[in-house]
Amino acid sequence: MGCAAFARALLELADDHLILGHRLSECCGHAPILEEDLAMPNLALDLIGRARELYSRAGEVEGLGRSEDEFAYLRSEREFLNCLLVERPNRDFAHIMLRQFYFSNFMELYWLRAADSRDATVRGAAAKSVNEMKYHIRHSGEWIVRLGDGTGESARRAAEAVGELQFYIDELFIPSASAEICFETGLLPDRRSMREEWDQRVERVFTMAKLDFPEPVPALTGGRTGRHDECLGHLLAEMQHLQRVYPGAEW
Amino acid sequence: MTDLMPIWEVFVRPRNGLAHKHVGSLHAGDEELALQAARDVYTRRNEGNSIWVVRSEHIAASDPDRAAENFQPSADKVYRHPTFYSVPDGVENL
Repeated sequence: MGCAAFARALLELADDHLILGHRLSECCGHAPILEEDLAMPNLALDLIGRARELYSRAGEVEGLGRSEDEFAYLRSEREFLNCLLVERPNRDFAHIMLRQFYFSNFMELYWLRAADSRDATVRGAAAKSVNEMKYHIRHSGEWIVRLGDGTGESARRAAEAVGELQFYIDELFIPSASAEICFETGLLPDRRSMREEWDQRVERVFTMAKLDFPEPVPALTGGRTGRHDECLGHLLAEMQHLQRVYPGAEW
Repeated sequence: MTDLMPIWEVFVRPRNGLAHKHVGSLHAGDEELALQAARDVYTRRNEGNSIWVVRSEHIAASDPDRAAENFQPSADKVYRHPTFYSVPDGVENL
């Protein structure tokens, strides 16, 4: 049971990173400016690198011989365990930056607490990720301030992004049954414990950005049990296309 | 666009002890975003450990039309190069 729960909790974490990394990679070639066109794939590569490490560890712990590619390319929509926030579509630049800001603020707090995990791979991932997340927070945070306190249009779009993404915040802080077991056994940190600090961080930047902090709303959840928005299916169709059409293809 | 996103020149120091070297330019709205863009555009392959950015318009440049009067007078003064003495044996790092 312990191993199965740990493997599943690692998959949740890995799926968060892969799906958000893929969403960002969709921006490659479409960013508003060339400078940002390099910045977003940089962020994406950080996340995809971390996903690979976590999938490999999940495969080891699970002990069924599944590789990182099998996890990424050969699972169906209902088998993905990512939270709903990371699969939200790239509606506009404000959405992309706000999604990144929410996620990286959560993950920095998460990895800081994961530094004393009983699992060496988790500790290693934590050590590397903290610096990556600090940069993701800085990059997206600086944009939130400039969009919120920018032109009329940028402020309107930033406020729309806040309104739309507010339903997906709570799910970050809700541990699945597997994550709960991993917390109790000292393998992964407690997701609930991040909330207060996360709120303070976001509120501080929102004040600078002249944005209203989102009011508590009924949370949309389901990602951790494989119940996703339709948009994840479209993402997977593109991401998995090659392996589905040419099974086992290598290059 | 040009008003909101002026051009910045980027200088990167490859490692401690070396000088910052001009590597290129970019568009950015302000200093902080220029530094971030420089980090993402010019140090992705571990090119350095320090970045300077400066607004292009703040750089004063010599006039190309005056290149002759600026630089030709030094062309025939080879004695300004410290090459007319031999280095004693055993002197390293000169």
